[in-house]
Amino acid sequence: MTILFFTLILLCGAFTAGLLGSLTGLGGGVVIIPLLTLGFHVDIRYAIGTALVASIATSSGSASAYVKEGITNIRLGMFLEIATTTGAVAGALIAVYMPTNVVAIIFGLVLIFSSLVSLRKKTQYAEDSSQSKLAAQLRLNSSYPSANGAVNYQVHRVPGGYFMMTFAGVMSGLLGIGSGALKVLAMDNIMRIPFKVSTTTSNFMIGVTAAASAVVYLQRGYISPGLCMPVVLGVLAGAFAGSKLLTRANVKWLRIVFSVVIGFLALQMIYNGITGKL
Amino acid sequence: MKKLFSTYFRDKDIQQLIGKQLRLGVILSSAIVLVGGIIYLVRHGHEQPSYGSFTGVREGLDNLPGIWQGVLENKGMNIIQLGVVLLIATPIIRIAFSVIAFLLERDYLYVVLTLVVLGVIMFSMSGGLAG
Repeated sequence: MTILFFTLILLCGAFTAGLLGSLTGLGGGVVIIPLLTLGFHVDIRYAIGTALVASIATSSGSASAYVKEGITNIRLGMFLEIATTTGAVAGALIAVYMPTNVVAIIFGLVLIFSSLVSLRKKTQYAEDSSQSKLAAQLRLNSSYPSANGAVNYQVHRVPGGYFMMTFAGVMSGLLGIGSGALKVLAMDNIMRIPFKVSTTTSNFMIGVTAAASAVVYLQRGYISPGLCMPVVLGVLAGAFAGSKLLTRANVKWLRIVFSVVIGFLALQMIYNGITGKL
Repeated sequence: MKKLFSTYFRDKDIQQLIGKQLRLGVILSSAIVLVGGIIYLVRHGHEQPSYGSFTGVREGLDNLPGIWQGVLENKGMNIIQLGVVLLIATPIIRIAFSVIAFLLERDYLYVVLTLVVLGVIMFSMSGGLAG
């Protein structure tokens, strides 16, 4: 296989990943690592560097649209970015001392978790009467525009959410993923933020979190231009195509199929990790 | 005048600016990656890829002066890497923009919080962590 052929196949693979990722809301980054390691036998360290860059691309590309619509809670995002960036730097440091097969196993587990989160029924929590003093002091409570005018919401359990975000940051730095599923979980389930806000705010934060560990990985030589070129261009084009196609009609089935595929990839990553092939 | 200025740049405008900056960063960096990619493929497209075992990227692709040096020599790999560096810089520049935005809003608490985020990223850039 020549580099030209390799690049073209990878470009197609990344396009599909970006397309499915944006249609299902799972993000394209999650399948980049299995695609590279299982499909192309690329060393997992190169795969991590490439996936990080891909998640910065998709996050920045789509965040620009959401920020304009005013759904993103910029204060909340900025406050929680302290947690995710410190976590990401810690994760990138831990990665040096962690055997690659252990990284593969953790990756598989996070992947299974992410696909389960995406399948779960989204329940809007009833307005919690408890007031968070910290949320008020940090001015995290806000509102978002809807068809019926502005909807106000309160942010709850700030320390718990902050802790969960630190964990999401560690995973992001260790595995090279945006860990959007963990971020959304912290904001939905712990801080009780409407998911319209949590999804876009999480997406807004992914780029910054990934950049914090990407600067470490760049200096370590994990970020290879030969791999980044097709993956970044493919994922971006795919995500763009996905946002144009987004009709939401048959997305439910697509999401189930994609989640099952991701589940299989995750099991294979874990199997290869245990047998020491990765 | 000062008040007019700060109300003019209130939330929406600055958020739109941030949105534009993010989009511009992504478009510009992918254009650079594409140009570098074409040069790289024309020169090395017939060679064999070797990513099976980890050796780290070749000399000069893991630091800014090295990357820039290769760009001046028209090396495809380095031009791609320049685009990648710009892509990584895009959300970091966004943070810097946010500092100014909060400053104009006179939200000094968030000026400090945003500077902390920026500080964490600068700390991780400072080489000592590269291991």
